[in-house]
Amino acid sequence: MMVRRMIAAMPALLLSSAALAQVPATQAAPGAGPQPGQRLIVDVTGGISQPMPIAIPAMPTPASAKTPAGQTDALGRQVAQIVTNDLKGSGLFKPVSGDHAVAYPQVTAPDYNYWTTTGASALVQGFVQANGDGTLTVGCYLYDVYQKQELTRQGFVVSPAQWRRAAHKCADTVYTRLTGEGPYFDSRVAYVSETGPKNHRTKRLAIMDQDGANHHFLTNGQSIVLTPRYSPNQQSIVYMSYTGNRPRIYTYNLSTGQQRLVVDSPNMTLSPRYSPDGRSIIYSLSVGGNTQIYRVSASGGSPTRLTNAPGINTAPCYSPDGSKIVFESDRSGTQQIYVMNADGSGQHRISFGSGRYATPVWSPRGDLIAFTKLGGGFSVGVMSPDGNGEKILTHGWQDEGPSWSPNGRVIMFFRTAQGSGRADLWSVDLTGVNERKIPTPLDGSDPAWSPLLP
Amino acid sequence: MTVKTATVLTVAAMVALAGCAKKKPAELPPPPPASTAPETDTGTQAPVGSSIIPGSRADFLQQVGTDTVHFGTDKSDVDSEAQGILTAQAKWLVAHPAVRVTLEGHCDERGTREYNIALGDRRATAAKNFLVSQGVSADRINTISYGKERPVATGSDESAWAQNRRAVTVVPQ
Repeated sequence: MMVRRMIAAMPALLLSSAALAQVPATQAAPGAGPQPGQRLIVDVTGGISQPMPIAIPAMPTPASAKTPAGQTDALGRQVAQIVTNDLKGSGLFKPVSGDHAVAYPQVTAPDYNYWTTTGASALVQGFVQANGDGTLTVGCYLYDVYQKQELTRQGFVVSPAQWRRAAHKCADTVYTRLTGEGPYFDSRVAYVSETGPKNHRTKRLAIMDQDGANHHFLTNGQSIVLTPRYSPNQQSIVYMSYTGNRPRIYTYNLSTGQQRLVVDSPNMTLSPRYSPDGRSIIYSLSVGGNTQIYRVSASGGSPTRLTNAPGINTAPCYSPDGSKIVFESDRSGTQQIYVMNADGSGQHRISFGSGRYATPVWSPRGDLIAFTKLGGGFSVGVMSPDGNGEKILTHGWQDEGPSWSPNGRVIMFFRTAQGSGRADLWSVDLTGVNERKIPTPLDGSDPAWSPLLP
Repeated sequence: MTVKTATVLTVAAMVALAGCAKKKPAELPPPPPASTAPETDTGTQAPVGSSIIPGSRADFLQQVGTDTVHFGTDKSDVDSEAQGILTAQAKWLVAHPAVRVTLEGHCDERGTREYNIALGDRRATAAKNFLVSQGVSADRINTISYGKERPVATGSDESAWAQNRRAVTVVPQ
């Protein structure tokens, strides 16, 4: 990838400070109130704590230069804005207002006296520099304002076309240092872009950055497309298409644009998903009204049948270690969630609450399963893999189709409006408090969050 | 061969499903609606003064009355009303043996995407199986499920949902 962490080739500015990378966790640093012994840390699970106030001023440049992505000083403002939007969007940070100019030498020597007056607990500074070889360097520094201390720093060298990724990586650096959680801002989303009347929606595959930037359509809308899912290496998307009025699953190679039929069956195939190692695809095959789950090599070959119970068995999803598969089945009479071993053995039901349960998706952390709950409307919720600890996170007319962020802390889903049938993409964190609409040029459904980009 | 086994199992499953559905079909299917035009084996004779081409979709709709049967919520059993309609469709299809049809299965919006696609397949298959039981050759009937992707009624109410839970026998123009 074009983004590489700077460890060996740190420019002078990055090397000028003694402390590199993380400050030990035992470092005393007060949060919102100066209390000795308290670490500057954000609690991602509690619904009680207030968002952490954080200052993210425009990033200066050592020398204003023209690049294919724009002037470096303009880029410095935009990078700070992207970092601001990412952190604010997580619901865990509250960027302080104001536009205090930071001089380049101050990037490694913050004006703590000023930043203390803003109420910010944390400070993100950085710079954008054009390099002689046509690349850009984005430096990213995190400070504890009260302790007057650097907490971490990262530098990213990117091609000009990838400058937004450097900003997301900076936001990820801040997020991971202050929350202890994994990163997720440097990621993409595949989804189905929708337009047109309710009885004849035009549906196109589309991809974009997780914040809605760099949006591209992949298909032209001639055929209905549904349920895109990323491959673990992000090189392809597996999805369902009605090409030739034969609904079947295909892969879309994101480098070549080539689409390939996965299983050459005369019958309908649906609901595909990659295995965590990318070598297999699990999906459903409908024969004569009976829908069963199969596994096939991602490169083709002979499928293996995994379920046998008569009825509708669909929406399969591997556990992150690949040892188990969660899926939905109406074998009991209504849609419920089941777990089986990856070879199809040991099938057992895990959902026992009131109502019906659908579209289970295993968290990349392995600790939770997200689902759609039906009963009245549709809601998105989570439960443990053993079925305990059910928690409903959303309450729309129809909230459906959850997809996990790469760090397993945020869920994207789509919300369909009553009457009009128009759908939009939304995200919600595990507290259920921070619900946000994801901007898309048209309507959107069936989101699939990519793994973290390499 | 996996596919063939599945088909056999499925028909059994369909029967089993129909058996436990809330609405039991009437003991005997009602007689098909009276046909207004004489049945012919070849379908080449059009009534005098009619511009409708025998064997066409227009002919099918005029003779049978409707191309659509409806289903209960989350159900795929062919009830007595649907049996009457499908019996009439089967008669027409038997009379026009060259015509191949597509049976579309559809759902209302109150199910999740993947489940509805599978449920639509179940509905299309249920209607197809009934036509086959009435003497229509199975290889003349292609099935396709649209799930909730192509509603015919665009409201979000009981009336619209009832109209959208359907199987449509599509005869070529």
